[in-house]
Amino acid sequence: MGTLLETRGIDKSFAGVHALQGVSFALEAGEVHALVGENGAGKSTLIKIMTGAVEADGGELHIAGKIVARNHPSLARALGVAVVYQQPSLFPHLTVAENIALALESGGLWRRIDWRARRERAQALLERAGAAFSCERLAESLSMPEQQVVEIAKAIGAEARIVILDEPTASLSEPEVERLFRVIGDLRGRGVGVVYISHRLEELALIADRITVLRDGEVVATDAAAAMDRARLVQLMAGRVRDLPAAVMPAATLGEPMLEVRGLTCRALGVSNVSLTVRAGEIVGLAGLVGSGRTQFAECIFGLEPADGGEIRVAGAPLRARSPADAIAGGVGYVPEDRPRHGVVLDFPIAANISLAHLKQVTRAGFIDAAAETEQAQRLMAQLRVKAASPHQRTGALSGGNQQKVALARWLAAPDLKVLILDEPTQGVDVGAKAEIHALIRQLAARGLAILMISSELPEILAMAHRIVVMHAGRVAGELARAEATQPKLLALALGQSGEA
Amino acid sequence: MKNYGQEISIAGALVLLCGILVLAAPGFFSRENLADLLLANLPVLIIGLGMTLVILTAEIDVSVGSMFAICGVIAGEVAKASGSILLAVVAAIVAGAVLGAANGALVAYVRIPSIVVTLATMTAWRSGLRWTMQGQWVDNLPANFQWLGLPQTGFRVAALAITLGLVAFTAWGLWSWRAGRALYATGSNREAARVAGLNTPAIVAAVFVLTGVLTGLAAALDAARFNQVPSNAGIGLELTVIAAVVVGGTSITGGRGSVAGTVLGVALLGVIAPALIFLGVSGYWGDAVQGAIILIAIGLEAVRLHSARRKMEGAGVAVVAA
Repeated sequence: MGTLLETRGIDKSFAGVHALQGVSFALEAGEVHALVGENGAGKSTLIKIMTGAVEADGGELHIAGKIVARNHPSLARALGVAVVYQQPSLFPHLTVAENIALALESGGLWRRIDWRARRERAQALLERAGAAFSCERLAESLSMPEQQVVEIAKAIGAEARIVILDEPTASLSEPEVERLFRVIGDLRGRGVGVVYISHRLEELALIADRITVLRDGEVVATDAAAAMDRARLVQLMAGRVRDLPAAVMPAATLGEPMLEVRGLTCRALGVSNVSLTVRAGEIVGLAGLVGSGRTQFAECIFGLEPADGGEIRVAGAPLRARSPADAIAGGVGYVPEDRPRHGVVLDFPIAANISLAHLKQVTRAGFIDAAAETEQAQRLMAQLRVKAASPHQRTGALSGGNQQKVALARWLAAPDLKVLILDEPTQGVDVGAKAEIHALIRQLAARGLAILMISSELPEILAMAHRIVVMHAGRVAGELARAEATQPKLLALALGQSGEA
Repeated sequence: MKNYGQEISIAGALVLLCGILVLAAPGFFSRENLADLLLANLPVLIIGLGMTLVILTAEIDVSVGSMFAICGVIAGEVAKASGSILLAVVAAIVAGAVLGAANGALVAYVRIPSIVVTLATMTAWRSGLRWTMQGQWVDNLPANFQWLGLPQTGFRVAALAITLGLVAFTAWGLWSWRAGRALYATGSNREAARVAGLNTPAIVAAVFVLTGVLTGLAAALDAARFNQVPSNAGIGLELTVIAAVVVGGTSITGGRGSVAGTVLGVALLGVIAPALIFLGVSGYWGDAVQGAIILIAIGLEAVRLHSARRKMEGAGVAVVAA
């Protein structure tokens, strides 16, 4: 027994932004050590440093009593570290037994495979992991919780001394959670150390021995689970209100309801019965944890996936968006989260990206008027202060912030935009551009647009939004007016807890 | 969108080749030889226009050779049955549109990968035609079928004029129509194009229909060169066409390429094989040299992609540093 894994003063920055700062964390043998924190608090980065997926800039990592200078996924695995991610990564076309064997069996390409031994071992491991299904099934036929069990079986089979579980209960039902906890208890009994990440604070009391809280890349507390009640945890996770990214929004004079959504449901996207209203001139923040269905809700309004039920009205007129083209025709614009994949065509010149959603604006007698297109681009680039050599520069050559401005400019070119949905509008954007984008969003609202802004950054939402709707598990968990919204309250709602924190 | 690197290198290669021919085999430039060469390559160019659109949207159509055979036979049969040359040409074009629409619907709306769809239709249509015709050619055609009732020179001029008209029309449309812009966007990043409100399935379906139409027209013009129509025409034609488009600089991953490039690609591949014979090289080397040209062209693109990516990364680093 003793300390299995320890980090001392770990530092890590991405592009000049501190993800982790002086993080010290220890995992004892036979303990379940929970790691909690908001989105972006640094949990994933810390995990990645433990597993060797990311290298720390500074600090020490000790595994099994030895200092690990250059960690690497295969080295970490050899040292007994196993991870079960929230999204299991099995090979879909292989059976469960083959998936387990790939992780555990060694030897050259030409070794003889003992199929029976492979099956028997896989089945035994599955049973220890608490599964009741055959190892002959194809991985693609398994449900999400079943896939997770296979990952746990892999970890048991590897005789891992350190098992990291990343939000293992996010998609589990009650009995499945109980079964998982029995398996974790079994691991603990064998002296395995478990790092347990979860947003479900209520279950930490049941399973965790110690809890470490991360905030803004720093450890704010490590204490016995018994000494951490929910209120204290939420307080620690949210902390004081941080420096706001921009001055708080003044109360605007609001107009008529522009976007009215009632009971919107989309089973394919996991959105159920979401209702909200955004009025002209209003910025409504849509908060929630990663996976709470915010982006999916936006995609449903924008017609990327048609809704199964519910009603959408834009400026009073019903909108049935079966494709983005319908939504755009109805006066809705959308700046997606994943800019290079969905937001802009990287290969296109800036001017062509700006005009793409409204080519009719620059079309004369059926043909694209290159001069008008360039003129439009120049005007909007000046307005948004896009830093580029010319409107004909390739969009992919711009920085993230400037690409995001181009994505926004596309909707400024729209002739009759009424509703603008922004998904993480300042993610991956540098500080200067961020302030400019915030100012622009406010100008747009002041012009009478209805703005729905999704953001995982609570300070950003608190500074920008008139009203905040919080989602949890595909539903609306609650709504807060500007004046009554605080980080702890938002966080409590996002964690699926009603009432005060 | 604007990067004529490949077009310039192909044009250079073509000029070089012609220069060698002028010095070593001036007979190559006899009027008759050039006219034959041109006429034989017109179908490749016409279908190549459609294929350029298909590849620009990041799809592929390997069924054009089989479509070509079917449309030619239909033109012949309709001419025989009705005696109307105009009707024969129209029938070939309509047949091409229908076959292309079948490809387009399966790719765009049933969402089967285009290589699978068109491989299947390539085989199915070819064997269907073989079974229907029992290997027979269409003969006893009306006298005015050959050369579409025109004098030989008149037919040649008309075919050339139609082809050049189509080339200009396609190039212009791609450049200045909304549909052209939508096509480049769809090929470059289909998801982003959809988020921008473009009807990407309709665009994909349309390029297959257009390719069918162009194949039908090419088949009619090609069939009219003789007084009988073979039922086994166009075997391997799809590879010639795809090769010409790719050599012309259209990116096989979509979103990048031009009609001008395709014209040059058809010209280079069309000239190289007969040129070798004129230069006294065994005809057996023709395919090998064509293959080498394709490899070089694709290699050039790979190098360009690689350096473009490097440049992007370089820019990214600079931004971070700033």
